[in-house]
Amino acid sequence: MSNGSSITLDAPPIGIEGQGYFLTSLDQVVGMARKNSLWPLPFATSCCGIEFMGTMASHYDLAQFGSERLSFSPRQADMLMVMGTIAKKMGPILRQVYTQMAEPKWVISVGACACSGGIFDSYSVLQGIDKIIPVDVYVPGCPPRPEQILDGVNRLQELVQNETIRRRDSPEYKALLRSYGIDIK
Amino acid sequence: MTVKRFEEFIKKHENDSDMELQILNLGPTHPSTHGIFQNILLMDGETILDSEPTVGYIHRAFEKIAERRPYNQIVPLTDRMNYCSSPINNIGFNMTVEKLVGIEVPKRAQYIRVIIMELARIADHLICNSVIGVDTGALTGFLYVFQIREKIYDVYEQICGARLTTNLSRIGGMERDLTPKMIEMIHSLLAEAKKTFAEFETLMTRNRIFMDRTVNVGGISADRALNYGFTGPNLRAAGVDYDVRVMNPYSSYEDFDFKVPVGSSGDCYDRFCVREAEIWESISIIEQALKNLPDGDFHADVPEFYLPPKQEVYHNMEALIYHFKIVMGEMPIPAGEVYHAVEGGNGELGFYLVSDGGRTPYRLHFRRPCFIYYQAFAEMIKGSMLSDAIATMSSLNVIAGELDA
Amino acid sequence: MEVDKQKVVDSLIQQFEGNVGNIEETYGLTTLQVRKSSIFEVIKYLKEEQSFTLLTDVCGMHFPDNDPEMQFAVVYHIHNLFKNIRLRLRVFLPADNPEVDSMVDVFSSANWQERETYDFFGIIFKNHPNLVRILNMDEMEVFPLRKEFPLEDGGRIDKDDRFFGRSIHNE
Repeated sequence: MSNGSSITLDAPPIGIEGQGYFLTSLDQVVGMARKNSLWPLPFATSCCGIEFMGTMASHYDLAQFGSERLSFSPRQADMLMVMGTIAKKMGPILRQVYTQMAEPKWVISVGACACSGGIFDSYSVLQGIDKIIPVDVYVPGCPPRPEQILDGVNRLQELVQNETIRRRDSPEYKALLRSYGIDIK
Repeated sequence: MTVKRFEEFIKKHENDSDMELQILNLGPTHPSTHGIFQNILLMDGETILDSEPTVGYIHRAFEKIAERRPYNQIVPLTDRMNYCSSPINNIGFNMTVEKLVGIEVPKRAQYIRVIIMELARIADHLICNSVIGVDTGALTGFLYVFQIREKIYDVYEQICGARLTTNLSRIGGMERDLTPKMIEMIHSLLAEAKKTFAEFETLMTRNRIFMDRTVNVGGISADRALNYGFTGPNLRAAGVDYDVRVMNPYSSYEDFDFKVPVGSSGDCYDRFCVREAEIWESISIIEQALKNLPDGDFHADVPEFYLPPKQEVYHNMEALIYHFKIVMGEMPIPAGEVYHAVEGGNGELGFYLVSDGGRTPYRLHFRRPCFIYYQAFAEMIKGSMLSDAIATMSSLNVIAGELDA
Repeated sequence: MEVDKQKVVDSLIQQFEGNVGNIEETYGLTTLQVRKSSIFEVIKYLKEEQSFTLLTDVCGMHFPDNDPEMQFAVVYHIHNLFKNIRLRLRVFLPADNPEVDSMVDVFSSANWQERETYDFFGIIFKNHPNLVRILNMDEMEVFPLRKEFPLEDGGRIDKDDRFFGRSIHNE
């Protein structure tokens, strides 16, 4: 379908290349490995969930970016994709799912309702999930097109690539979690 | 989270060595991606003895929000109820307001509405049937069928600009006419859809494993179904041929010739087959509508409710005034109360609108079919096994947005 | 169909004289006002004698501007599938004691709908098997769909109500 000359290779990580070896830092290698196998936990609550089903299906194909295996068990997932409105009744459950996930973990907030409450400015809707858990990427839209969700996953992959492997033990990260009331030792 | 009566039951049968009792929490986040509702099950081994459902995890207070929004701004709200077939919700609400005001929508607009509503019904039944496959382990049907759903989304984009939450139709008709390109897209969609459904049917309908998983599972008798307020494909699978399009026809449905498929035992397999048959009937209705599409206006001549064309707003004083008033929500809706029902993807979707003559409704209540028939779930799974409960839940087609509103 | 509907309405008036009244027909649907002491009997009669087998809808309403005796209302929509007759029954309840009989023994579909009406308005349904909140959080103490309860979340600190034309009570 495409002729060979139009294929471009992704840029290699920063390092020194030689005959049979490639010298780079551990951060780069680990980042590259992590970014290409992010297993999502689809926390789909409402209409954005249906657009996610469209993203997962064969036309837009989330699996091409490495998210082949959807995990509904928090222990086995890397990124939490919160799609849809989170009501206040659902808040404690979202938080529990987030705390059950193992480090390193990332959160994508898909859709206007998850980012900021959306069009539901009412007494029963949580106005944005960043009130209870820390969020890495926000994908706006109501609902966002599958291309936007894929763009959100790509931005997250950039974040994952450039993250240091010591970030999860650093005092800034612990302070961030403590500011949300999540107690980690 | 646990239920007191289950704990008491376990305590009572503590020394009973025959029973292996435990309490299992199913949800609110569970792999059958249907939406969030919780079921706490009391199980004896693999058999379910009792269950306690909890809903309300996505309660967004639609009815309260609707009391503070003018009528044009409620239509995007209705989108998000049954989001798999949102045009039906939109058009149903617009028809309720038209009934209250007394607007007669021209024939062409009614036929266009029928085409769009039947496309939405096909989309809704597609999701339900393919997700029954996913829950019983057959992922391939889901991937085939979502290609057709993408094509339906393309048609929606041509008509209104959005894929899923469409905000279609206005008070008084449609916002734009069907162009020849849209009609051509619908024709090619139907041609491809027929091939894909035939393929989907060969995968699932007479599949030995699928039939073993769904026949005699989660059944309900016609009597109990009516008592529980079932409507739509779930009631028709139990044997009662109640279809709002036939009993109280709206929007020119009486002009079309279609059959209403009815099952006999109300189990999961009958629900699957009724939805399959309804997809074929919807295709036939769309073809009839396209063939007999009358000429005429695509909206009624009601300048107080329907936005004038933008070019006129720049030159004409009355058009400017009407545009301003409609956008600000000042529409002369009379005081009164009206109940209007349409046949949604899940059954009778009713709108009970009480107006006091102001710019926002005094009370708007949605009669949501999912909320009403989900009550029967506890009775339907009593005595069955856990995997049967999953198959029953997905064949009922519970959509969380409609459940909680 | 009109003849059948008139027959049903006439038989209702005859059977429950004094407890059924205020009959109006709006937009093709006949509405009757029923006294709260006899609404259970009326619906049972409609189901068993007149074959109204589908209870379409149960919902509540709040009229803070009415007399204190008629501040709350419960509206039932009921449907006869054989002859295609729809009826709307309305029961008015006093503000200080909004209680009415539950229809669960007649129609099982009333179970959750009455819980929803209780959750939104605080209307008590006597003899309901499990009258607790269903859609809102269990800890909530107010009844949100009453007219005096505000729509927006009271605890928001990022929205300045002066710019949204709202008073401190979020009107």
